[in-house]
Amino acid sequence: MPVIDLANPTRFLTLVNRVLPWLALATLVLFAIGLYRAMGAPDDYQQGATVKIMFLHVPAAWLGMMGWGIMGLAALGTLVWRHPLADVAGKAAAPIGAAFTFICLITGSLWGRPTWGTYWVWDARLTSVLVLFLLYLGVLALYWTAEDPGRGSRAAAVLTLVGAVNLPIIKFSVDWWNTLHQPSSILRMGGSAIDPSILTPLLIMAAAFTLLFFTLHLAAMRNEILRRRVRAMRLMQAQEVPA
Amino acid sequence: MNLGPHADFIVAAYALTVFVIAALIAWVVLDHSAQRRILGDLEERGVTRRSQRSGS
Repeated sequence: MPVIDLANPTRFLTLVNRVLPWLALATLVLFAIGLYRAMGAPDDYQQGATVKIMFLHVPAAWLGMMGWGIMGLAALGTLVWRHPLADVAGKAAAPIGAAFTFICLITGSLWGRPTWGTYWVWDARLTSVLVLFLLYLGVLALYWTAEDPGRGSRAAAVLTLVGAVNLPIIKFSVDWWNTLHQPSSILRMGGSAIDPSILTPLLIMAAAFTLLFFTLHLAAMRNEILRRRVRAMRLMQAQEVPA
Repeated sequence: MNLGPHADFIVAAYALTVFVIAALIAWVVLDHSAQRRILGDLEERGVTRRSQRSGS
């Protein structure tokens, strides 16, 4: 099947129905391996066992940002090419990205209390991630409350592109400002600063979370396509009712 | 496995993550069955989309 054919919602649904069970199975297997390795990972010499929170916090942070990245690409598809599947992709990614950003904030807070002595500080990294979460809520409000779905989608796409400015701010906040949050220790010049005994389970968990994101995203896109079909059929039904 | 003196924080983080992910999965599954049910009802009543009509 040529890639361009996937732009057709019916063909896209056929592919999703075929791929989704395998993707869900792969996600389960990776989570089983990742959790087994994470629970067997050694304690950190400074943080002790609380380092186990990292196996949730870091993947959730990456996916919160990746979700907005996907929405940014989808927003371009909505505004430039006006492709309905791009709008479907953006709308389906928003609640999932918001959920992962929420997990990132709460697990970070629970990790911060024993290691920093506080649940929250208004430093640049924490604040910029909180801003990302609020932007997610704003986009969701536009999608869910707009009376005209088309206008709501375009407004959400504009907000998504404006909010994309926040992504490099989150990434480089620990370099640009003095923060309580530690600087990058995985994706940095000179390689990772984490010992392989902790880095390997972290990367497996990150892969499992990423597969989970795509499984949920494809399933949510399928639901959104069905919802639009329901709406189209109800409009047709309403037009047929004699005045 | 010994989670040390901060076990409560670790358990709370994992419990919250499981809860949020379970809620996401439930949302996706319930939404899918709801949309399928509504579509089935509409099709039973003979309602079709414009594309289905032009295709027939």
